Amino acid sequence: MTTDTYRRSAADDHPANASPEYKSTATRSPTRPPVVLPQSLSEITGPLLSTERLGALENDLTRQRMSAPLGERIIVQGRVLDENGKPVPEALVEIWQCNASGRYHHPGDQHDAPLDPNFYGGGRARADGDGRYKFITIKPGAYPWKNHHNAWRPAHIHFSLFGPAFATRLITQMYFPNDPLLAIDPIYNSVPEGARARLQASFDIDLTQPEWALGYRFDIVLRGRNATPME
Amino acid sequence: MPSVTPSQTIGPFYFGTIINGYRHDLAPPGVPGERIDVVLILHDVQGAIVPDGLLEIWQANSAGRYNHPDDRRNLPLDPGFEGFGRASTDTSGCSHFSTVKPGRVPWPTGGLQAPHINISIFARGVLNRLATRLYFDGDPANGEDPVLNLVEPARRATLIARRDGSGVWRLPIHLGGANETVFFDC
Ligand SMILES: [Fe+3]
Repeated sequence: MTTDTYRRSAADDHPANASPEYKSTATRSPTRPPVVLPQSLSEITGPLLSTERLGALENDLTRQRMSAPLGERIIVQGRVLDENGKPVPEALVEIWQCNASGRYHHPGDQHDAPLDPNFYGGGRARADGDGRYKFITIKPGAYPWKNHHNAWRPAHIHFSLFGPAFATRLITQMYFPNDPLLAIDPIYNSVPEGARARLQASFDIDLTQPEWALGYRFDIVLRGRNATPME
Repeated sequence: MPSVTPSQTIGPFYFGTIINGYRHDLAPPGVPGERIDVVLILHDVQGAIVPDGLLEIWQANSAGRYNHPDDRRNLPLDPGFEGFGRASTDTSGCSHFSTVKPGRVPWPTGGLQAPHINISIFARGVLNRLATRLYFDGDPANGEDPVLNLVEPARRATLIARRDGSGVWRLPIHLGGANETVFFDC
């Protein structure tokens, strides 16, 4: 009998693959239960991307172009932790988002809102030894998405993390507190009710920089290791 | 203790900026091993191709060693070979990778696994990362692979890439439908 190295998530932690209110899941979600795999070396190892060199401005989405983008400048800061509360050191954090008008710098985005030549919308940061990461960006706008009549996504920033193993890979979205669109967004609400609030950043006056930017805190929790069994 | 952050879809508008572009070519010249080209083709439950997916692969080197501190075996690491690849699907649903064929890695209760590549799948409409594997048709180790043997025989073929006429290993991945790929909870 072997013990899993990484804890398995509970059913109420993540969305169901088939979430009917989110229409695209209808043709893209498996219907058979996944095969439960003991965690071998293939699952407990994964890309650390430790040789990936980050440019000095990659975590500052407001300084990647000729001049400053339009919108409300914000600081998004937090820690990458595991379920044991331990930091995930040197974690690579990738984000992407639309501009302040709700438009992505992406050829597939046809929303009738202006592109901002000074905002590309992609950033990366390397967490420090305590799992702390920081981005400077602008608050993304809401955008329509045709899922249903009058469908609008709440403002959000997409986050991608690898963590220490293939098994800890996570892609998620960060939302803003008190957004009236959260209550009616099928993607946010695909998450079981008790877990939804984990996707909301918290406004933090201590992260705010006077005369310059508001601050939001968003901690990300990846799967944690089980206690090592006694040999 | 903190609770795990829930998963969300990658959405349709993810960027080339994630990892500043993609990693199609895992093995620069000089990395030892059998050179292989791999094409993964992503299909939805109706068989239509998925042109906006993101596929990532993770594999051992040709000696069967993962470039990771938790692989503590005394086997060579290859400079320049990390074992990670990432590519979006194109308008024909395909992601292309050039790499080397991975060696065999151990199984927790003993024995070796057949050569395989680990795959993560993301797309609009996919709320949780889907994990699957690619095995190589005709590899003599497949018959004793503990993971293939966990899968009901009728579905094993969904994990086995076949060589096309030009020697490229091709594996269709079906998110659902009659040929639904075997996905793993790992
Ligand atoms: Fe989005």
